[in-house]
Amino acid sequence: MPDSLPADSVGIVSPQTYHFENPIDLACGQTLESYDLVVETYGELNADASNAVLICHALSGHHHAAGFHSVDERKPGWWDSCIGPGKPIDTNRFFVVSLNNLGGCHGSTGPGSINPATGKPYGPDFPVITVSDWVKSQALLADRLGIDCWAAVVGGSLGGMQALQWSLDYPERLRHAVAIASTPRLTAQNIAFNEVARQAITSDQEFHEGRYYDFDTLPRRGLMLARMVGHITYLSDASMGEKFGRELRDQAYKFGYGAEFQVESYLRYQGERFSESFDANTYLLMTRALDYFDPAYEFDGDLSRALAPASCNFLVLSFSTDWRFTPARSEEMVNAMIAARKKVSYAEIDAPWGHDAFLIPTPRYTDIFQAYMARVAREVGA
Amino acid sequence: MRPDLEIIQQWIKPGHHILDLGCGDGTLLDYLQRERGVSGFGLEINPEHITTCMGRGVAVIEQNLDTQGLGNFDDGSFDVVLMTQALQAVRRPDRVLDEMLRAGREGIVTFPNFAHWRLRWGLTLSGRMPESEALPYKWYNTPNIRLCTFKDFEALCRQKGIRIKSRRVVDGQHQNSWLARLWPNLLGEIAIYRITRENEQ
Repeated sequence: MPDSLPADSVGIVSPQTYHFENPIDLACGQTLESYDLVVETYGELNADASNAVLICHALSGHHHAAGFHSVDERKPGWWDSCIGPGKPIDTNRFFVVSLNNLGGCHGSTGPGSINPATGKPYGPDFPVITVSDWVKSQALLADRLGIDCWAAVVGGSLGGMQALQWSLDYPERLRHAVAIASTPRLTAQNIAFNEVARQAITSDQEFHEGRYYDFDTLPRRGLMLARMVGHITYLSDASMGEKFGRELRDQAYKFGYGAEFQVESYLRYQGERFSESFDANTYLLMTRALDYFDPAYEFDGDLSRALAPASCNFLVLSFSTDWRFTPARSEEMVNAMIAARKKVSYAEIDAPWGHDAFLIPTPRYTDIFQAYMARVAREVGA
Repeated sequence: MRPDLEIIQQWIKPGHHILDLGCGDGTLLDYLQRERGVSGFGLEINPEHITTCMGRGVAVIEQNLDTQGLGNFDDGSFDVVLMTQALQAVRRPDRVLDEMLRAGREGIVTFPNFAHWRLRWGLTLSGRMPESEALPYKWYNTPNIRLCTFKDFEALCRQKGIRIKSRRVVDGQHQNSWLARLWPNLLGEIAIYRITRENEQ
Protein backbone atom coordinates (compact mmCIF):
# COMPACT_ATOMS: atom_id res chain seq x y z
CA MET A 1 0.00 0.00 0.00
CA PRO A 2 1.25 3.49 -0.79
CA ASP A 3 2.35 5.76 2.07
CA SER A 4 -0.37 8.20 1.11
CA LEU A 5 -3.53 7.38 -0.85
CA PRO A 6 -3.45 8.43 -4.53
CA ALA A 7 -5.58 11.51 -5.26
CA ASP A 8 -7.72 9.59 -7.75
CA SER A 9 -8.50 6.79 -5.30
CA VAL A 10 -11.85 6.38 -3.59
CA GLY A 11 -9.73 6.01 -0.45
CA ILE A 12 -10.42 3.71 2.47
CA VAL A 13 -13.58 1.70 1.96
CA SER A 14 -15.36 -0.98 3.91
CA PRO A 15 -17.74 -3.68 2.74
CA GLN A 16 -21.25 -4.04 4.08
CA THR A 17 -23.33 -7.18 4.37
CA TYR A 18 -26.98 -7.10 3.32
CA HIS A 19 -29.10 -9.93 4.64
CA PHE A 20 -32.12 -11.06 2.61
CA GLU A 21 -34.83 -13.02 4.38
CA ASN A 22 -37.16 -13.50 1.41
CA PRO A 23 -36.54 -16.75 -0.46
CA ILE A 24 -35.11 -16.45 -3.97
CA ASP A 25 -36.12 -18.96 -6.65
CA LEU A 26 -33.24 -20.02 -8.85
CA ALA A 27 -33.12 -21.13 -12.48
CA CYS A 28 -32.08 -24.66 -11.44
CA GLY A 29 -35.40 -25.10 -9.65
CA GLN A 30 -34.04 -24.77 -6.11
CA THR A 31 -34.74 -21.99 -3.66
CA LEU A 32 -32.41 -20.21 -1.28
CA GLU A 33 -34.47 -19.41 1.79
CA SER A 34 -32.25 -16.58 2.91
CA TYR A 35 -28.87 -15.23 1.87
CA ASP A 36 -26.28 -12.51 2.34
CA LEU A 37 -24.71 -10.23 -0.24
CA VAL A 38 -21.49 -8.36 0.53
CA VAL A 39 -21.43 -4.95 -1.07
CA GLU A 40 -19.11 -1.97 -1.43
CA THR A 41 -20.24 1.45 -2.58
CA TYR A 42 -18.27 4.48 -3.71
CA GLY A 43 -19.53 8.04 -4.22
CA GLU A 44 -22.90 9.47 -3.19
CA LEU A 45 -26.38 8.56 -4.37
CA ASN A 46 -28.06 11.74 -5.61
CA ALA A 47 -31.49 12.94 -4.53
CA ASP A 48 -33.47 11.24 -7.30
CA ALA A 49 -31.26 8.10 -7.18
CA SER A 50 -30.48 8.49 -10.88
CA ASN A 51 -26.69 8.33 -10.71
CA ALA A 52 -26.19 4.71 -9.61
CA VAL A 53 -23.83 2.44 -11.51
CA LEU A 54 -23.70 -1.31 -10.88
CA ILE A 55 -20.35 -3.03 -11.31
CA CYS A 56 -20.60 -6.75 -12.08
CA HIS A 57 -17.55 -8.86 -11.36
CA ALA A 58 -15.81 -11.47 -13.45
CA LEU A 59 -15.06 -15.12 -12.68
CA SER A 60 -12.89 -14.74 -9.59
CA GLY A 61 -13.89 -11.20 -8.70
CA HIS A 62 -15.80 -9.84 -5.74
CA HIS A 63 -17.18 -6.69 -4.11
CA HIS A 64 -13.85 -4.95 -3.58
CA ALA A 65 -13.61 -3.10 -6.90
CA ALA A 66 -11.89 0.14 -5.87
CA GLY A 67 -9.98 1.82 -3.06
CA PHE A 68 -8.25 0.22 -0.10
CA HIS A 69 -9.61 -1.64 2.92
CA SER A 70 -6.81 -0.33 5.10
CA VAL A 71 -3.63 1.66 4.80
CA ASP A 72 -1.77 -1.64 4.98
CA GLU A 73 -3.49 -3.14 1.94
CA ARG A 74 -0.92 -3.81 -0.75
CA LYS A 75 -3.17 -3.53 -3.79
CA PRO A 76 -6.39 -1.58 -4.36
CA GLY A 77 -9.69 -3.14 -5.53
CA TRP A 78 -9.65 -5.10 -8.78
CA TRP A 79 -10.99 -2.33 -11.03
CA ASP A 80 -9.37 0.61 -9.31
CA SER A 81 -7.92 1.71 -12.66
CA CYS A 82 -11.43 2.62 -13.86
CA ILE A 83 -13.33 3.61 -10.70
CA GLY A 84 -12.51 6.75 -8.72
CA PRO A 85 -12.58 10.55 -8.81
CA GLY A 86 -11.87 11.66 -12.40
CA LYS A 87 -11.65 8.09 -13.67
CA PRO A 88 -14.00 6.69 -16.35
CA ILE A 89 -16.52 5.65 -13.69
CA ASP A 90 -16.19 8.96 -11.91
CA THR A 91 -17.13 8.70 -8.24
CA ASN A 92 -17.54 12.49 -8.11
CA ARG A 93 -20.58 11.99 -10.31
CA PHE A 94 -21.72 8.41 -9.87
CA PHE A 95 -22.81 6.28 -6.94
CA VAL A 96 -21.03 3.01 -7.63
CA VAL A 97 -22.29 -0.32 -6.28
CA SER A 98 -20.15 -3.44 -6.42
CA LEU A 99 -21.02 -6.78 -4.88
CA ASN A 100 -19.82 -10.30 -4.41
CA ASN A 101 -22.26 -12.49 -6.33
CA LEU A 102 -24.30 -15.32 -4.85
CA GLY A 103 -22.19 -18.45 -4.75
CA GLY A 104 -19.06 -16.38 -4.18
CA CYS A 105 -16.48 -16.94 -1.48
CA HIS A 106 -15.88 -13.42 -0.24
CA GLY A 107 -18.72 -13.10 2.22
CA SER A 108 -21.83 -13.51 0.09
CA THR A 109 -23.73 -16.74 0.61
CA GLY A 110 -21.98 -19.53 -1.25
CA PRO A 111 -20.87 -23.16 -1.02
CA GLY A 112 -18.68 -22.38 2.01
CA SER A 113 -21.58 -20.81 3.96
CA ILE A 114 -23.51 -22.71 6.58
CA ASN A 115 -26.63 -24.39 5.22
CA PRO A 116 -29.34 -23.54 7.79
CA ALA A 117 -31.04 -26.87 7.03
CA THR A 118 -28.03 -28.96 8.12
CA GLY A 119 -25.87 -26.62 10.20
CA LYS A 120 -22.93 -27.58 7.98
CA PRO A 121 -21.37 -25.86 4.95
CA TYR A 122 -23.41 -26.28 1.75
CA GLY A 123 -20.46 -27.64 -0.20
CA PRO A 124 -21.67 -29.44 -3.34
CA ASP A 125 -25.30 -29.03 -2.18
CA PHE A 126 -25.18 -25.34 -2.97
CA PRO A 127 -27.44 -24.84 -5.97
CA VAL A 128 -25.95 -24.13 -9.38
CA ILE A 129 -26.36 -20.41 -10.03
CA THR A 130 -26.91 -18.78 -13.43
CA VAL A 131 -26.22 -15.29 -14.70
CA SER A 132 -29.98 -14.63 -14.57
CA ASP A 133 -30.02 -15.60 -10.89
CA TRP A 134 -27.29 -13.09 -10.19
CA VAL A 135 -29.18 -10.39 -12.02
CA LYS A 136 -32.30 -11.21 -10.01
CA SER A 137 -30.38 -10.94 -6.72
CA GLN A 138 -28.81 -7.67 -7.89
CA ALA A 139 -32.29 -6.29 -8.66
CA LEU A 140 -33.34 -7.14 -5.11
CA LEU A 141 -30.22 -5.39 -3.87
CA ALA A 142 -31.17 -2.35 -5.97
CA ASP A 143 -34.62 -2.36 -4.31
CA ARG A 144 -32.93 -2.39 -0.93
CA LEU A 145 -30.68 0.54 -1.90
CA GLY A 146 -33.63 2.53 -3.27
CA ILE A 147 -32.41 2.40 -6.88
CA ASP A 148 -35.22 2.03 -9.43
CA CYS A 149 -33.06 2.45 -12.49
CA TRP A 150 -29.30 2.16 -12.89
CA ALA A 151 -27.60 4.87 -14.91
CA ALA A 152 -25.45 2.00 -16.15
CA VAL A 153 -24.73 -1.65 -15.46
CA VAL A 154 -21.08 -2.27 -16.27
CA GLY A 155 -18.91 -5.36 -16.38
CA GLY A 156 -15.95 -7.06 -18.01
CA SER A 157 -15.90 -10.71 -19.12
CA LEU A 158 -18.47 -12.60 -16.99
CA GLY A 159 -19.45 -9.14 -15.70
CA GLY A 160 -20.34 -8.10 -19.26
CA MET A 161 -22.66 -11.10 -19.50
CA GLN A 162 -24.48 -9.87 -16.41
CA ALA A 163 -24.83 -6.42 -17.97
CA LEU A 164 -26.32 -8.01 -21.09
CA GLN A 165 -28.68 -10.17 -19.02
CA TRP A 166 -29.83 -7.09 -17.10
CA SER A 167 -30.92 -5.48 -20.37
CA LEU A 168 -33.12 -8.50 -21.09
CA ASP A 169 -34.52 -9.30 -17.65
CA TYR A 170 -35.13 -5.76 -16.37
CA PRO A 171 -35.14 -3.52 -19.46
CA GLU A 172 -36.81 -0.65 -17.61
CA ARG A 173 -34.27 -0.68 -14.80
CA LEU A 174 -31.11 0.41 -16.62
CA ARG A 175 -30.28 3.19 -19.07
CA HIS A 176 -26.97 1.81 -20.30
CA ALA A 177 -25.33 -1.61 -20.42
CA VAL A 178 -21.57 -1.73 -20.84
CA ALA A 179 -20.08 -5.10 -21.81
CA ILE A 180 -16.29 -5.15 -22.02
CA ALA A 181 -14.20 -8.11 -23.26
CA SER A 182 -17.32 -10.23 -23.11
CA THR A 183 -19.32 -12.65 -25.24
CA PRO A 184 -22.97 -13.60 -25.81
CA ARG A 185 -22.06 -17.26 -25.16
CA LEU A 186 -19.04 -19.48 -24.67
CA THR A 187 -17.51 -21.37 -27.57
CA ALA A 188 -16.64 -25.06 -27.34
CA GLN A 189 -13.01 -24.05 -26.73
CA ASN A 190 -14.04 -21.78 -23.83
CA ILE A 191 -16.09 -24.58 -22.28
CA ALA A 192 -13.19 -26.97 -22.80
CA PHE A 193 -10.88 -24.72 -20.77
CA ASN A 194 -13.48 -24.57 -18.00
CA GLU A 195 -13.79 -28.35 -18.04
CA VAL A 196 -10.02 -28.79 -17.65
CA ALA A 197 -10.16 -26.42 -14.68
CA ARG A 198 -13.03 -28.35 -13.11
CA GLN A 199 -11.36 -31.70 -13.69
CA ALA A 200 -8.21 -30.39 -12.02
CA ILE A 201 -10.26 -29.50 -8.94
CA THR A 202 -12.55 -32.53 -8.73
CA SER A 203 -9.70 -35.00 -9.27
CA ASP A 204 -7.68 -33.57 -6.37
CA GLN A 205 -7.59 -36.16 -3.59
CA GLU A 206 -8.43 -33.46 -1.08
CA PHE A 207 -11.65 -32.54 -2.90
CA HIS A 208 -13.76 -35.22 -1.18
CA GLU A 209 -16.61 -34.66 -3.64
CA GLY A 210 -16.86 -31.07 -2.57
CA ARG A 211 -17.12 -31.82 1.17
CA TYR A 212 -13.55 -30.82 1.94
CA TYR A 213 -14.81 -28.42 4.63
CA ASP A 214 -15.86 -31.46 6.69
CA PHE A 215 -12.38 -32.96 6.32
CA ASP A 216 -10.68 -29.74 7.36
CA THR A 217 -8.67 -29.68 4.17
CA LEU A 218 -8.65 -27.92 0.79
CA PRO A 219 -8.10 -29.15 -2.79
CA ARG A 220 -5.23 -26.68 -3.13
CA ARG A 221 -3.40 -28.51 -5.87
CA GLY A 222 -6.46 -28.82 -8.10
CA LEU A 223 -7.43 -25.21 -7.61
CA MET A 224 -3.87 -24.14 -8.37
CA LEU A 225 -3.89 -26.08 -11.66
CA ALA A 226 -7.32 -24.68 -12.55
CA ARG A 227 -6.05 -21.17 -11.99
CA MET A 228 -2.88 -21.79 -13.96
CA VAL A 229 -4.89 -22.90 -17.00
CA GLY A 230 -7.22 -19.94 -16.60
CA HIS A 231 -4.38 -17.50 -16.13
CA ILE A 232 -2.72 -18.57 -19.39
CA THR A 233 -5.93 -17.88 -21.28
CA TYR A 234 -6.27 -14.41 -19.75
CA LEU A 235 -2.88 -13.26 -21.02
CA SER A 236 -1.60 -13.08 -24.58
CA ASP A 237 1.38 -14.83 -26.10
CA ALA A 238 2.96 -11.42 -26.66
CA SER A 239 2.42 -10.15 -23.12
CA MET A 240 3.78 -13.37 -21.60
CA GLY A 241 6.71 -13.22 -24.00
CA GLU A 242 7.43 -9.65 -23.02
CA LYS A 243 7.16 -10.40 -19.31
CA PHE A 244 9.07 -13.68 -19.18
CA GLY A 245 10.42 -14.69 -22.56
CA ARG A 246 12.38 -17.92 -22.07
CA GLU A 247 14.15 -16.49 -19.08
CA LEU A 248 15.51 -19.08 -16.67
CA ARG A 249 15.58 -18.79 -12.89
CA ASP A 250 19.19 -19.98 -12.84
CA GLN A 251 21.37 -19.44 -15.83
CA ALA A 252 21.44 -23.04 -17.10
CA TYR A 253 19.09 -25.93 -17.86
CA LYS A 254 18.93 -28.47 -15.04
CA PHE A 255 17.46 -31.29 -17.11
CA GLY A 256 14.67 -31.87 -14.61
CA TYR A 257 11.03 -30.91 -14.06
CA GLY A 258 11.26 -28.23 -11.41
CA ALA A 259 10.23 -24.66 -12.19
CA GLU A 260 13.21 -23.73 -14.34
CA PHE A 261 11.66 -21.07 -16.54
CA GLN A 262 10.47 -17.82 -14.98
CA VAL A 263 7.02 -18.27 -16.47
CA GLU A 264 6.67 -21.59 -14.66
CA SER A 265 7.51 -20.15 -11.30
CA TYR A 266 5.19 -17.20 -11.95
CA LEU A 267 2.26 -19.48 -12.75
CA ARG A 268 2.98 -21.69 -9.74
CA TYR A 269 3.17 -18.67 -7.45
CA GLN A 270 -0.07 -17.16 -8.81
CA GLY A 271 -1.81 -20.54 -8.62
CA GLU A 272 -0.71 -21.20 -5.07
CA ARG A 273 -1.72 -17.76 -3.87
CA PHE A 274 -5.11 -18.16 -5.53
CA SER A 275 -5.66 -21.60 -4.01
CA GLU A 276 -5.20 -20.09 -0.54
CA SER A 277 -7.82 -17.39 -1.07
CA PHE A 278 -10.48 -18.86 -3.35
CA ASP A 279 -13.02 -21.58 -2.71
CA ALA A 280 -12.90 -24.60 -5.04
CA ASN A 281 -16.69 -25.13 -5.09
CA THR A 282 -17.17 -21.47 -5.99
CA TYR A 283 -14.75 -21.93 -8.90
CA LEU A 284 -16.82 -24.85 -10.16
CA LEU A 285 -20.00 -22.84 -9.78
CA MET A 286 -18.70 -19.73 -11.52
CA THR A 287 -17.28 -21.65 -14.50
CA ARG A 288 -20.60 -23.47 -14.84
CA ALA A 289 -22.47 -20.16 -14.85
CA LEU A 290 -20.18 -19.12 -17.70
CA ASP A 291 -20.87 -22.32 -19.65
CA TYR A 292 -24.65 -22.04 -19.30
CA PHE A 293 -24.90 -18.38 -20.27
CA ASP A 294 -26.61 -18.14 -23.65
CA PRO A 295 -29.56 -15.74 -23.90
CA ALA A 296 -30.17 -16.91 -27.48
CA TYR A 297 -30.71 -20.53 -26.33
CA GLU A 298 -34.47 -20.18 -26.04
CA PHE A 299 -34.65 -18.43 -29.42
CA ASP A 300 -33.07 -21.13 -31.60
CA GLY A 301 -29.72 -19.44 -31.27
CA ASP A 302 -31.04 -16.15 -32.67
CA LEU A 303 -29.56 -13.52 -30.37
CA SER A 304 -31.30 -10.63 -32.11
CA ARG A 305 -34.67 -12.15 -31.18
CA ALA A 306 -33.48 -12.67 -27.62
CA LEU A 307 -32.58 -8.99 -27.49
CA ALA A 308 -36.10 -7.85 -28.34
CA PRO A 309 -37.02 -6.69 -24.80
CA ALA A 310 -33.85 -4.59 -24.33
CA SER A 311 -34.39 -0.83 -24.38
CA CYS A 312 -31.11 0.50 -22.97
CA ASN A 313 -28.11 1.90 -24.83
CA PHE A 314 -25.22 -0.52 -25.21
CA LEU A 315 -21.50 0.03 -25.22
CA VAL A 316 -19.46 -2.98 -26.31
CA LEU A 317 -15.67 -2.98 -26.19
CA SER A 318 -13.24 -5.71 -27.19
CA PHE A 319 -9.46 -6.04 -27.20
CA SER A 320 -7.37 -7.04 -30.19
CA THR A 321 -5.28 -9.71 -28.43
CA ASP A 322 -8.08 -11.21 -26.30
CA TRP A 323 -8.23 -14.85 -27.35
CA ARG A 324 -10.48 -15.97 -24.48
CA PHE A 325 -13.35 -13.79 -25.74
CA THR A 326 -12.10 -12.54 -29.11
CA PRO A 327 -13.29 -9.34 -30.78
CA ALA A 328 -15.33 -11.59 -33.09
CA ARG A 329 -17.45 -12.66 -30.08
CA SER A 330 -18.16 -9.03 -29.23
CA GLU A 331 -19.00 -8.33 -32.86
CA GLU A 332 -21.48 -11.22 -32.78
CA MET A 333 -23.20 -9.43 -29.92
CA VAL A 334 -23.05 -6.05 -31.69
CA ASN A 335 -24.41 -7.45 -34.96
CA ALA A 336 -27.35 -9.02 -33.14
CA MET A 337 -28.02 -5.64 -31.50
CA ILE A 338 -27.87 -3.93 -34.90
CA ALA A 339 -30.30 -6.47 -36.35
CA ALA A 340 -32.59 -5.92 -33.35
CA ARG A 341 -32.35 -2.13 -33.88
CA LYS A 342 -30.83 -1.49 -30.47
CA LYS A 343 -28.69 1.55 -29.75
CA VAL A 344 -25.16 0.20 -29.67
CA SER A 345 -21.65 1.61 -29.90
CA TYR A 346 -18.66 -0.62 -30.45
CA ALA A 347 -14.90 -0.32 -30.61
CA GLU A 348 -12.05 -2.80 -30.71
CA ILE A 349 -9.18 -1.54 -28.59
CA ASP A 350 -5.68 -2.34 -29.77
CA ALA A 351 -3.94 -3.58 -26.61
CA PRO A 352 -1.32 -6.28 -26.11
CA TRP A 353 -2.55 -7.70 -22.79
CA GLY A 354 -5.01 -10.36 -23.92
CA HIS A 355 -8.28 -10.83 -22.02
CA ASP A 356 -6.89 -9.06 -18.93
CA ALA A 357 -6.67 -5.83 -20.96
CA PHE A 358 -10.03 -4.76 -19.56
CA LEU A 359 -8.37 -4.28 -16.16
CA ILE A 360 -5.38 -2.36 -17.49
CA PRO A 361 -5.61 1.31 -18.47
CA THR A 362 -4.53 2.00 -22.04
CA PRO A 363 -5.10 5.49 -23.47
CA ARG A 364 -7.70 4.62 -26.10
CA TYR A 365 -9.65 2.36 -23.74
CA THR A 366 -9.66 5.00 -21.01
CA ASP A 367 -10.63 7.78 -23.45
CA ILE A 368 -13.60 5.89 -24.88
CA PHE A 369 -14.81 4.65 -21.52
CA GLN A 370 -14.44 8.15 -20.04
CA ALA A 371 -16.26 9.84 -22.93
CA TYR A 372 -19.10 7.33 -22.82
CA MET A 373 -19.57 7.48 -19.07
CA ALA A 374 -19.39 11.30 -19.10
CA ARG A 375 -22.28 11.25 -21.52
CA VAL A 376 -24.18 8.86 -19.21
CA ALA A 377 -23.52 11.25 -16.31
CA ARG A 378 -24.81 14.24 -18.31
CA GLU A 379 -27.91 12.29 -19.26
CA VAL A 380 -28.86 11.58 -15.64
CA GLY A 381 -27.83 15.03 -14.44
CA ALA A 382 -24.96 13.74 -12.34
CA MET B 1 -26.00 25.41 -40.51
CA ARG B 2 -23.68 24.12 -43.22
CA PRO B 3 -25.58 24.26 -46.52
CA ASP B 4 -24.70 20.63 -47.36
CA LEU B 5 -26.26 19.45 -44.07
CA GLU B 6 -29.26 21.64 -44.81
CA ILE B 7 -29.65 19.94 -48.20
CA ILE B 8 -29.19 16.44 -46.78
CA GLN B 9 -31.64 16.90 -43.96
CA GLN B 10 -34.37 17.89 -46.40
CA TRP B 11 -34.23 14.35 -47.73
CA ILE B 12 -34.50 12.72 -44.30
CA LYS B 13 -37.88 12.10 -42.71
CA PRO B 14 -38.60 12.01 -38.98
CA GLY B 15 -38.19 8.50 -37.63
CA HIS B 16 -35.97 7.35 -40.47
CA HIS B 17 -33.44 4.63 -39.63
CA ILE B 18 -30.08 5.85 -40.91
CA LEU B 19 -26.64 4.38 -41.49
CA ASP B 20 -23.82 6.90 -41.88
CA LEU B 21 -20.70 5.45 -43.51
CA GLY B 22 -17.56 7.22 -42.38
CA CYS B 23 -19.57 9.29 -39.90
CA GLY B 24 -16.54 11.29 -38.67
CA ASP B 25 -17.13 12.98 -35.34
CA GLY B 26 -20.87 12.35 -35.61
CA THR B 27 -21.89 15.96 -36.42
CA LEU B 28 -24.41 14.95 -39.06
CA LEU B 29 -26.00 12.07 -37.11
CA ASP B 30 -26.13 14.14 -33.96
CA TYR B 31 -27.89 16.88 -35.89
CA LEU B 32 -30.31 14.48 -37.56
CA GLN B 33 -31.11 12.80 -34.22
CA ARG B 34 -31.92 16.12 -32.60
CA GLU B 35 -33.62 17.89 -35.51
CA ARG B 36 -35.18 14.99 -37.36
CA GLY B 37 -35.64 12.38 -34.64
CA VAL B 38 -33.85 9.69 -36.63
CA SER B 39 -32.33 6.52 -35.23
CA GLY B 40 -29.30 4.71 -36.55
CA PHE B 41 -25.59 4.16 -36.51
CA GLY B 42 -22.41 5.68 -37.75
CA LEU B 43 -19.48 3.59 -38.97
CA GLU B 44 -16.02 5.00 -38.43
CA ILE B 45 -12.40 3.89 -38.17
CA ASN B 46 -10.70 7.02 -36.83
CA PRO B 47 -10.18 6.45 -33.05
CA GLU B 48 -10.55 10.13 -32.07
CA HIS B 49 -13.76 10.45 -34.08
CA ILE B 50 -15.15 7.29 -32.48
CA THR B 51 -14.46 8.65 -29.00
CA THR B 52 -16.12 11.98 -29.91
CA CYS B 53 -19.21 10.18 -31.21
CA MET B 54 -19.50 8.15 -28.02
CA GLY B 55 -19.17 11.28 -25.91
CA ARG B 56 -21.98 13.06 -27.76
CA GLY B 57 -24.38 10.12 -27.74
CA VAL B 58 -24.09 9.06 -31.36
CA ALA B 59 -24.18 5.26 -31.74
CA VAL B 60 -20.94 4.51 -33.53
CA ILE B 61 -19.47 1.21 -34.62
CA GLU B 62 -15.83 0.70 -35.43
CA GLN B 63 -15.95 -0.92 -38.84
CA ASN B 64 -13.69 -0.77 -41.87
CA LEU B 65 -15.63 -0.59 -45.13
CA ASP B 66 -12.68 -1.87 -47.13
CA THR B 67 -12.09 -5.03 -45.13
CA GLN B 68 -15.46 -5.70 -43.49
CA GLY B 69 -17.98 -4.27 -45.96
CA LEU B 70 -21.56 -4.01 -44.78
CA GLY B 71 -22.23 -7.74 -44.50
CA ASN B 72 -23.47 -7.37 -40.93
CA PHE B 73 -26.43 -5.26 -42.05
CA ASP B 74 -29.54 -6.97 -43.41
CA ASP B 75 -31.01 -6.13 -46.81
CA GLY B 76 -33.19 -3.05 -46.71
CA SER B 77 -32.67 -2.52 -42.99
CA PHE B 78 -32.17 1.24 -43.32
CA ASP B 79 -34.29 3.97 -44.86
CA VAL B 80 -31.22 5.94 -45.88
CA VAL B 81 -27.53 5.08 -46.04
CA LEU B 82 -25.36 8.19 -46.00
CA MET B 83 -21.79 8.60 -47.10
CA THR B 84 -20.40 12.10 -47.01
CA GLN B 85 -16.86 12.66 -48.21
CA ALA B 86 -15.80 9.03 -47.90
CA LEU B 87 -16.52 7.48 -51.31
CA GLN B 88 -13.15 8.66 -52.61
CA ALA B 89 -11.37 7.06 -49.63
CA VAL B 90 -12.60 3.48 -50.03
CA ARG B 91 -10.85 0.87 -52.13
CA ARG B 92 -13.88 -0.21 -54.16
CA PRO B 93 -16.42 2.62 -54.33
CA ASP B 94 -18.43 0.61 -56.87
CA ARG B 95 -18.96 -2.22 -54.37
CA VAL B 96 -19.71 0.20 -51.55
CA LEU B 97 -22.45 1.78 -53.68
CA ASP B 98 -23.97 -1.65 -54.28
CA GLU B 99 -23.83 -2.40 -50.57
CA MET B 100 -25.36 0.97 -49.67
CA LEU B 101 -28.35 0.31 -51.87
CA ARG B 102 -28.66 -3.25 -50.59
CA ALA B 103 -28.70 -2.29 -46.89
CA GLY B 104 -30.73 0.87 -47.49
CA ARG B 105 -33.65 1.89 -49.68
CA GLU B 106 -31.93 5.11 -50.58
CA GLY B 107 -28.41 6.52 -50.54
CA ILE B 108 -26.99 9.99 -50.13
CA VAL B 109 -23.41 10.47 -51.33
CA THR B 110 -21.12 13.46 -51.39
CA PHE B 111 -17.60 13.58 -52.81
CA PRO B 112 -15.17 16.13 -54.27
CA ASN B 113 -15.17 16.69 -58.03
CA PHE B 114 -11.80 16.04 -59.63
CA ALA B 115 -12.90 17.90 -62.76
CA HIS B 116 -13.31 21.23 -60.96
CA TRP B 117 -11.68 23.98 -63.00
CA ARG B 118 -9.14 24.87 -60.31
CA LEU B 119 -7.84 21.31 -60.19
CA ARG B 120 -7.74 21.06 -63.97
CA TRP B 121 -5.97 24.41 -64.15
CA GLY B 122 -3.47 23.49 -61.41
CA LEU B 123 -2.46 20.26 -63.10
CA THR B 124 -2.18 21.94 -66.50
CA LEU B 125 -0.08 24.85 -65.29
CA SER B 126 2.16 23.33 -62.63
CA GLY B 127 2.26 19.74 -63.79
CA ARG B 128 1.81 18.65 -60.19
CA MET B 129 -0.99 16.87 -58.38
CA PRO B 130 -3.61 19.47 -57.57
CA GLU B 131 -4.63 20.49 -54.08
CA SER B 132 -7.74 22.39 -53.04
CA GLU B 133 -9.94 23.09 -50.05
CA ALA B 134 -11.87 19.96 -50.83
CA LEU B 135 -8.67 17.96 -51.38
CA PRO B 136 -6.16 19.42 -48.92
CA TYR B 137 -3.54 16.65 -49.10
CA LYS B 138 -0.29 15.73 -50.82
CA TRP B 139 -0.39 12.92 -53.36
CA TYR B 140 1.53 10.63 -51.00
CA ASN B 141 -0.46 11.10 -47.79
CA THR B 142 -3.96 11.57 -49.10
CA PRO B 143 -6.69 9.28 -47.82
CA ASN B 144 -8.45 9.95 -51.12
CA ILE B 145 -7.41 7.10 -53.38
CA ARG B 146 -10.35 6.90 -55.81
CA LEU B 147 -10.89 10.37 -57.14
CA CYS B 148 -13.50 10.86 -59.81
CA THR B 149 -15.50 13.54 -61.53
CA PHE B 150 -19.24 14.07 -61.44
CA LYS B 151 -19.42 12.66 -64.95
CA ASP B 152 -17.51 9.54 -63.90
CA PHE B 153 -19.84 8.97 -60.97
CA GLU B 154 -22.93 9.41 -63.07
CA ALA B 155 -21.56 7.01 -65.69
CA LEU B 156 -20.98 4.41 -62.95
CA CYS B 157 -24.54 4.88 -61.69
CA ARG B 158 -25.93 4.36 -65.21
CA GLN B 159 -23.84 1.24 -65.63
CA LYS B 160 -25.06 -0.16 -62.32
CA GLY B 161 -28.71 0.68 -62.78
CA ILE B 162 -28.61 3.26 -60.02
CA ARG B 163 -31.09 6.11 -60.40
CA ILE B 164 -30.01 9.61 -59.40
CA LYS B 165 -33.05 11.13 -57.71
CA SER B 166 -31.44 14.52 -57.07
CA ARG B 167 -28.11 16.25 -57.36
CA ARG B 168 -27.02 19.47 -55.69
CA VAL B 169 -23.66 20.99 -56.46
CA VAL B 170 -21.83 23.22 -54.00
CA ASP B 171 -18.41 24.83 -53.71
CA GLY B 172 -15.59 24.02 -51.32
CA GLN B 173 -17.33 25.88 -48.50
CA HIS B 174 -20.49 23.89 -49.23
CA GLN B 175 -22.15 27.00 -50.66
CA ASN B 176 -24.71 26.56 -53.37
CA SER B 177 -23.65 28.88 -56.18
CA TRP B 178 -25.58 29.53 -59.38
CA LEU B 179 -22.45 29.15 -61.49
CA ALA B 180 -21.83 25.66 -60.16
CA ARG B 181 -25.40 24.78 -61.00
CA LEU B 182 -24.81 25.98 -64.54
CA TRP B 183 -21.60 24.04 -65.28
CA PRO B 184 -21.39 21.51 -62.46
CA ASN B 185 -18.57 19.32 -63.74
CA LEU B 186 -16.36 22.36 -64.31
CA LEU B 187 -17.40 24.67 -61.50
CA GLY B 188 -18.79 22.40 -58.81
CA GLU B 189 -16.42 21.27 -56.08
CA ILE B 190 -18.67 18.91 -54.13
CA ALA B 191 -21.88 17.22 -55.22
CA ILE B 192 -24.60 15.80 -53.03
CA TYR B 193 -26.30 12.91 -54.78
CA ARG B 194 -29.48 11.22 -53.73
CA ILE B 195 -29.55 7.77 -55.28
CA THR B 196 -31.72 4.67 -55.36
CA ARG B 197 -32.16 1.45 -57.32
CA GLU B 198 -33.93 1.85 -60.67
CA ASN B 199 -36.85 -0.22 -59.44
CA GLU B 200 -37.22 1.69 -56.13
CA GLN B 201 -39.61 4.61 -55.80
